[in-house]
Order: sequence, then C-alpha cells, then structure tokens
Amino acid sequence: MTVPFLSLKRVSKQYAGVTALDSVDFELQKGEIHCLVGENGSGKSTMIKIISGTIDPDPGSIIEIQGEPVQNYKAINAIDKGIQVIYQDLSLFPNLTVAENIALCELVGDHKRYVQWENMKKIAEKAMARINVSLPLDALVGEISIADQQLVAILRSLTRDVNLIVMDEPTASLTKHEVDSLLAVVKDMKAKGITTMFVSHKLNEVLQIADRVSVIRDGKMIGVYPAHELNDKKLTFLMTGKKVEYRNFTPELKSNVPILECRDLSRAGDYKDISFDLRPGEILGITGLLGSGRTELALSLFGITKPDKGEILINEKNVKIRSVQDALKFGIAYVPEDRHVQGLINVQPVGDNIIITTIDSLVNKFRLIDKKKKRERIQQLVENLAIKIPGVDSPVQTLSGGNQQRVVLAKWIATNPRILILDGPTIGIDIAAKFSIHEIIRELAKQGIAIILISEEIPEVFNNCNRVLVMRKGIIVREFDTAKVTMDEIQDYVNGTF
Amino acid sequence: MKKLLYRHETYVLLVIIVLAIVITAINPSFFTVENLFDLLKSTSLMGTFAIGMLFVLISGGIDMSFTAVATVTGYTIAVLLLKHGDSMNMALVFLVAGGLGILLGMLNAVFIYFFKIPSIITTIATQNIFYGLLTVVSEGKWLYGFPEWFDEFSSIRVFTLYSETGAPYGLSIITVIWFVLLVISWFILKHTVLGRSIYAMGGNIGSAQRAGFNIFGLTLFVYGYMGLMAGIGSVIQALLVQTVAPNSLVGKEMDVIAAVVLGGASLMGGTGSIPGMILGVSLIAILSNGLTLMRVPSQWYEVVIGLVIIISVGVSAYRRKKITRKRVITESN
Amino acid sequence: MRQKISYLSILIVAMIVVMVMMWIFNGNDFMSFNNFQSMGYQLPELGVLSLAMMITMLTAGINLSIVASANLSGIVMAFILTGMVSQEGVVQDSSGVVVLAILAGLLVGILIGFLNGFLIAVVGISPILATLGTSIMIGGISVVITKGYVISGFPKAILTIGNGSFLGIPIPLLVFLICAGVMTVILEKTPLGTRVYLMGSNPIACLYSGVDNKKVIFQTYIISGILSSVAAIIMIARFNSAKADYGESYVLQAVLASVLGGVNASGGFGKVSGLIISIIILQMISSGLNLMGVSNFLTIAIWGIILLLVMVVKFLLEKNSQKRKFS
Repeated sequence: MTVPFLSLKRVSKQYAGVTALDSVDFELQKGEIHCLVGENGSGKSTMIKIISGTIDPDPGSIIEIQGEPVQNYKAINAIDKGIQVIYQDLSLFPNLTVAENIALCELVGDHKRYVQWENMKKIAEKAMARINVSLPLDALVGEISIADQQLVAILRSLTRDVNLIVMDEPTASLTKHEVDSLLAVVKDMKAKGITTMFVSHKLNEVLQIADRVSVIRDGKMIGVYPAHELNDKKLTFLMTGKKVEYRNFTPELKSNVPILECRDLSRAGDYKDISFDLRPGEILGITGLLGSGRTELALSLFGITKPDKGEILINEKNVKIRSVQDALKFGIAYVPEDRHVQGLINVQPVGDNIIITTIDSLVNKFRLIDKKKKRERIQQLVENLAIKIPGVDSPVQTLSGGNQQRVVLAKWIATNPRILILDGPTIGIDIAAKFSIHEIIRELAKQGIAIILISEEIPEVFNNCNRVLVMRKGIIVREFDTAKVTMDEIQDYVNGTF
Repeated sequence: MKKLLYRHETYVLLVIIVLAIVITAINPSFFTVENLFDLLKSTSLMGTFAIGMLFVLISGGIDMSFTAVATVTGYTIAVLLLKHGDSMNMALVFLVAGGLGILLGMLNAVFIYFFKIPSIITTIATQNIFYGLLTVVSEGKWLYGFPEWFDEFSSIRVFTLYSETGAPYGLSIITVIWFVLLVISWFILKHTVLGRSIYAMGGNIGSAQRAGFNIFGLTLFVYGYMGLMAGIGSVIQALLVQTVAPNSLVGKEMDVIAAVVLGGASLMGGTGSIPGMILGVSLIAILSNGLTLMRVPSQWYEVVIGLVIIISVGVSAYRRKKITRKRVITESN
Repeated sequence: MRQKISYLSILIVAMIVVMVMMWIFNGNDFMSFNNFQSMGYQLPELGVLSLAMMITMLTAGINLSIVASANLSGIVMAFILTGMVSQEGVVQDSSGVVVLAILAGLLVGILIGFLNGFLIAVVGISPILATLGTSIMIGGISVVITKGYVISGFPKAILTIGNGSFLGIPIPLLVFLICAGVMTVILEKTPLGTRVYLMGSNPIACLYSGVDNKKVIFQTYIISGILSSVAAIIMIARFNSAKADYGESYVLQAVLASVLGGVNASGGFGKVSGLIISIIILQMISSGLNLMGVSNFLTIAIWGIILLLVMVVKFLLEKNSQKRKFS
C-alpha cells in the first residue's frame, strides 16, 4: 500500500473534561473518495477542525501528511499542504461576484495588492476548466442557486494546488439533480488525483461513489469499511450501536368526515393542482425531493404564502388562510423545516419559546400575565413531552436537537391543534431521539389530531403514515396506501424513475 | 438593462434629473456654470466625510464619532495656525489633521475589534469623549484670523471665468482636493485587494475570517480612513469658512449617513460604491441649493429633505421587499 | 440568567463607586437632600427619553426621532397653552387647558409613532433610516410652524409639573418613576412585552409562531412616541418654553443610557431596572462634576468613558465565563 496522504494516529481531544475524540486513527489515501459518518456530537466536527488546523489535538496525538509527521499544525500549514475545507454554510461572500469569490482568497493569500478584473476572471476560468463546469462569472453569489454556490466553494479551493477537499454535509440543501452533478464533479477531481472527504450525519447519495467509509461514534473510531459493503441498516447500526428497527404504525381514523380538504390548489412556481383530504386521527405523509413543492404547500396551508387558485376547506367550509394568525384560528399548527431560524428563538428561554403561541390565554382579568398559569402551562408541557431541560429560564439553544424539537412540538400542542403539519420533524436528530419524536406524533394522532408528515426520508413516512402523497415538480404524482406498497416503489416515484 | 432598472442608483439619478429640470424651469440660474462650481465647492465638505462613511458602511460598521474627530482635528490645526502660522504650510496642515484623524479613527477600531463592542455603541461613546474633552479644553471658543496664506489657498482656482457682473469664479482647489480623494478612494475600492476585502468583510465577516483575511487590519484601515477623511474634512471646513467652531459639526453625522445610504450603501454592509455615493451627496446638495434658488423659505428645507429621504429609501426598501419575496419563491423552483 | 444578574451587579457596583467618588470630591454638598432633589428634577428628561429609546432597541430597532417628536409635541402643547392665555388675558380655567394641551401632545406622539411603525413594518425601511427620516422631517415641521422662535409663557398648572414637588419628591421624578413602572409592567407582565423580547431576538421564528410582528412594531413605536410626548411635558414645563431644536444631543445620550443599562444593541435583552441605575449613574456624574464647577462637556466625555469601560468589563467577564465553561 502506498503512503496515505493524511493519517491521524491516536488523536484525542478533550473540551472541559469532555472527550470529543478518543485516540482516533484515521487515514486518507491519495485520490480516494472517503466518507466520515457519525451522529450529531460524535466528534465529526472536531475531526474537521483538527484536519483543517483550526484547533490543536491533545498532546500525544500524531498527524502525518504524506508520511511526514507535522508539528505545531495550524490553519496556514493545512492550506500550504493543499488541504481545503468547505463548510456547510459554504463561507462565501454573497455581495461579490462569482469570479471574485473564486479568486479573492488566492489574491489575499499571495499578498497581492491590486485587482485586475481580467486576471481574476482568468483564475476563475482556469478553476472551472479543471472540473468542466461553467458559471456566470459576473453574477453575484447571493443571486445564484445553492447548488451553484456549492460549486463556487469548490472552485475557490481549486485555485491553489489542492490535494484534499473536505466537504461538511455537502448535499444537505441540494436537489437530486444537483447532487448528481456534484458527484460528477467529485469523480472528476478523483481522476485528477484529488482526495475528497465527505462528512455527514446520515447515509446519502455520496455513498454511491465513495471508496471507503469511516464510522465514528461517541468520539471513537468504530471502523473503516469498503463503501459497497454497507447498506442503510448496517450503517445505522454502526453509527448508533443500537439495532434499530422502524416499528410500523397504522393510524386509525377517528372520523370519516375530512377536517381539511384542498381542491385544485395552485401557486405559480411552487405547486399546482393540489387536491387531497385529511381526516382526524390520520397521518398523511407527503414526500418528495427538495423543491418538489412539499414545503411550499405547507407554507400556504399555514398562511405564510397565499395560493393563487383553488380552495381550502376546513370542516367542509370554504376558508381563506391569509396569515399565520388565521391558520391558528382554524386549529392549524406547523413545525417548520428550519428549526433554528423558523422554529425556535435560540437565545431566549425555553419557557418563553413554549408559551409564545398561547401567551394571550395566560392572562388574568387585568390582561396581565398570570405567573402561576404560565408556570403551570410550561411545566405541564415539559412533563407531557418529557423535555429534558436545565431550567425553564435556560436559553433553548443549550438543549440537544431532540429536546429542541420537543420544545417546538410543545408550543404547538399548547394550542390544541386539530391539524398538525410536521415538516422534516427529525432533521438533524439522533436515531434514538427520532423514534421518540415518532412516538409523540403517533400519540397525537391517537388523540384525534389530523397530521400531515412531510419528510424526504421514505422510511419515516412509510412507517408512520397510512397514506403517502408523492410530490415532484410541484404536483402530486401519486398517492399510495402504505399497506399496499413497498418503500422502493415510493422511492421510484420520488426520483421519477418508475 | 433590466438589472439597471432594479438598481437603487438609477432611481436616485432619475430624481436628480427631474429635480434639476424643475429647479432650472423655476430659476434658470441653477443650471449655470457659476452655480455648479459653487455647488461643488460647498459640497466638498459633506462629500469628503461621505467617502469615509462609505468605507465604514461597506465594511459592515457605522461611525457616529467622525464629526467629533473632525472637530478635534480642526481645532488642533486652528490652534497651530494661530500660534505658528507663519512657519507652516498647507501640506503640514493636511498632514497634522489627517494624521490625528487616523489615530482617533483607529482608536475606534481597537475597541470594536478587541472588545467586540458594536461599532454604533463604540462610536457614540467616543463621540462623547472626543467632543466633550475638546469643548472643555477649547472652552467652546471660536477661532479665526488665520494667516493670509491659509485664506489665499482657499480662493485658488484651477481656472477662472468671469460672470456678467465681472465677478470671478471657477473650479476651486477645494473641489479638486475632493475629486482627487474620490478617485483614490474609487481606485482602492474597485481595484485593490484591500478594497475588495472590505466588501468581502461587509458581506460575511465569518467567511472572511475563515478565509484568512486580516480582520483587525481591515478594521483598523476602515476606521483609520474614516478618521483621515474627517481630518481632511476639517481642513476643508476651515478653508471654506475661515473659522473653527467647536460646535459646528457634531450633530450632523446622521445627515452624512443619510446621503451615503441614499447613494445605495446598505447599513447591513457589503454594498455601496463611490459613484452611488456621489449621487447621494449630489441629491442632498442639489436639493438644498435648489430650494434656495426656488425661493422656498429656509424653514422648509428639513421637511423636504426628510421627505426625500423617507420616500427614496422607502421606495427602494419596498421594491426590495417585493423582489426578495419573489426570489424566495422562484429559488425553490 | 446568571450572566444578566452579574451585569446588573456590575452596574450597581459602578453606581456605588461613582457615588463614593463624588462624595469624596464634593463632601456633603453631594450627599445632601438639596443635591439629590435637584438631581430628581434633572434626570427625568433623559430618563423618559431613554425609556422611549429602550423599547425600540429591545425589538432590535432604534428610534432616532424621539427628540424631534418630543419637540413637536411640546410645541403643539405650547400653542394650545399660550393660545388660551393670550385670548383670555389671564387664564381662569387653566387646568382644562392643561389637560387639553397634554392630550394633544400625547396625540402627536401617537401619530408619529404610528408613522414610524408604518414605515418600518409596512414599507420595510430599516428602523435607523426610517426614524432618521422622520426625525429630520418632524424637526422641519417644528421649525416651519414656529418659524424657529421660542414659544413661552405657560399657565401655572403646567409649570408645577416641571418644578413642583410632592412630599419633597420632585414631580418630574414621579412622572419618570410612573413611566418606568408602567414600562416594567408592559415588558414583564404583558403578552406584548414577551413578544417584544422574542421578536427582538428572532422575528422569523415569531412569524412562524403566529406573532403579528407588524402589530408589535406598531405598538412599540407608538409607546415610544407616547413616552417622547411625556418627556416633552417635562421639558416644556421645566423651561417654561418650547422650541424646535431643544435637546438634540439627547438622542445619542438615550442610546448611551440604554446600552449602559444593559440593553443589547442587537435586540432581545434589557431590563428597566438596569436603565434606571444607568440613568442614576449618569446623573450623579453630571451633578457631582457640576458641584466641582467643571464644564458640562467634561460630563459627557466621562459618560462616554464609562460606557466604554462598562462594555469592556462586560466583554471580559463574558469571555472569562466562557473559558471556564470550556476548560
């Protein structure tokens, strides 16, 4: 075997007495595509920071690059060795052009003083030629699609002699088509001898082209596996150390009278001719890729956007949902996709996050907040949902992902909703916590709440719902009864490969 | 073309043209070379401050202290001129005022960078400190009676024309100074790595940090440059009115910010340009000059200027709101 | 939570230090009933204006039009007060006029607050620019309607508000304390208050939680406008006059006082108790230095220094507590 490009030997890192990495061994061969997978908090990001030289590992750890041990390894050394990290947020400059984003860092790094715009474009064009892509060089980065932004981030790292590109959750916000072109680019880089390291918390498309997969759990390296030997189940087991099986659940209808009906609902550019109905006690799944219209439909049902055409009926009465306040009045609740921006006020107390939806009902006869009522409401919800919190006054950002999502659920359960729309309710949540969120959802359905569960994870909708709508390019392409279909069939409809 | 229509600057230019036509229709003396030269000369002061403010706003900060910095530098050179006027020259005056301005500006940068105090808070505090201490030291006295050469410098014209009544006019040296500053600043912003790094920092400071930009250096430069412009501005002010009064500038900082924002700079950082800034400053200058020429009672000036700010910023904000709403939807397409 | 308590304690320590220093420098001139009473007359103007500033800053906004608003409101009150006086020679029924004037003044504040709210919530202008614009425009309107002159000569009833006392407590101070009390109740005890804090931290999550953000913005700026008018009452009553450009420096000083009082410049955090202590600190410096015969301008310089010092201390404490967390 040849000398690996990078190897970590017995690398450990402790923060405040907590072990983030525990004597980890890790190797990257030159030109390979390597996945590092692990759950949230498993030590993935610490690994990235050590490889990029942003933090120092604990004494005794050894980092070798091309067989040579490196001492006092800093970010600048990493860049010199041709190691580039593309963070999940891409770290671009939205107000600058594509060409500038690609070339500026190199100019800064080379201590250049002046900017020749033509030269800048040349640098960018050279980078684009390396991986056979083409982007509008004069467009502002803030105005191009996320997928193109991702390419800009890759191109930026290609302006120098690069040996290793580390990508943190690169496919999280890309559509299927965009992921495919990203993978093509990565294959192209492999052909040029560039090593790619993908870091992810879940199994995804990347596995198709990966050579090897390293699994990390609780700061320990579990093992390295050839990618073709792994499947979903096996990887989940390796990541969690638990044998987890989806338990199937079949919701029972509490009534045959639909509580919500959509009739030919359309909104230009978002979704078209959407018709379905929803009954109390039912869990209706909606699945589809990013941009399929699944979230856009939910936003209209929740009063954030307005449909151009069509009707919404609630309890068989035609209604207009003009605002979130209207939606609340009709008993509609929505757990949004982006928990940190739309779902929670991260810096504010858990308690206030829970009562935000119902604060008007917690007042006394002088319209002042009744402290006792408020405390009782919070306590009751925290207990019902078994939310683990240090105290009701702690900022919600101090909680774990699963507990944060419970806080979001709590604030909506407080409103006694009749229709609950959940949009990607388990994104970024560990397996164990995920199943307990499913339990909560099932419990709510048993109580007679009508639930729409939007998710791109087929097992999630398959095992929780009685019906699944598949959306693609803004329309419902198929409705399935989960009792009469397999997950693979649903997947085919999602991808449009049936 | 379509892109041009979305641009805020296009509207400002349009407003300026309409305004110029209306003013000229009411009083033809607006559109004369003489008036334009006068206008340019008197605008140089605000125009110089606006350059510094533009840099700060692009970097994602704000500076409320520059008027106080200019007061300090102006007073310092005034004292020097009165004491050692005969052994000084113009270059030295600019050097002293500029150098002191840079130092005071950099002091802001130090607090903003090292103690992570928001720029608005830091500079409100330093405004109080600079202005308060200066007024104590100066006892609020007005200084005048500068050496003759100082007065003569202010009336230098690059070329001279004569009006019908025989009064001389022309392109003032003060305007030329402003123009030179504009060209240098435009070059820095558009054609140097430093300038582009300032845009990058204003666009996303976190990314700039990760990409290895020297954030402290950039902060130091931006606030230092604002200080330099404040210093030069204070000399221009002294040249224009031949008097230095401790209370003549402080309180006017928001007018400069308004002009720069009218010119397309965003308070969120990352955007703005020298040409846009010139338009913003011109609009305010033409407006107040035009109101005089149209014989609008001076009491109405502020009402009109306030309205223009609200309407033009409002139109652009409202359009942006509509466009982003559209974009959010089309993006997910 | 712990961090906020510790900030309040920094402030209290700062207050005690300032008090002791002023006592040392001025002896019993400072620690006298008279001095504290005169402080009670002086501090309410900035105090009430700072409350007006604070509530907008909590929503991550700012209100640069508080002083312009107060001046216009004062001028409208002055017109009504003097109009009645000049028509009837000597005012008989002045309390009626005073009530009418005050109501008109408050109405001006409400209208300006509504205008600011409209520009920010509906048109979408950033608060700093919207209120800068209205500030310049309203200032202009005040100049136009007064032609730049001072309006003076008010009935006794209104002067009592500015210069009278109740059980030895200056009436302006009482007005400030009432405003502070009402504000505390609004912020701590009403649904609006909770929404103000939450919206200040994350307006998008609030929108997705059914909060009517526009309504909160309108309410915030209207409250700010009303408080500006209350400050106007104190101002015209103390000076026995109204003018278009009184107290322009109060705008930035109100920001300074709010931030010193612990209001987070990016919204979401800050309490009335902190603001009150901050106002007391500022006033003690001002009065103490005044007793020493030092220029008022040294006072504002020292205010600036104190603000920077407190921010630096706060930064170092936070950094320290974070270090402890991670090491």
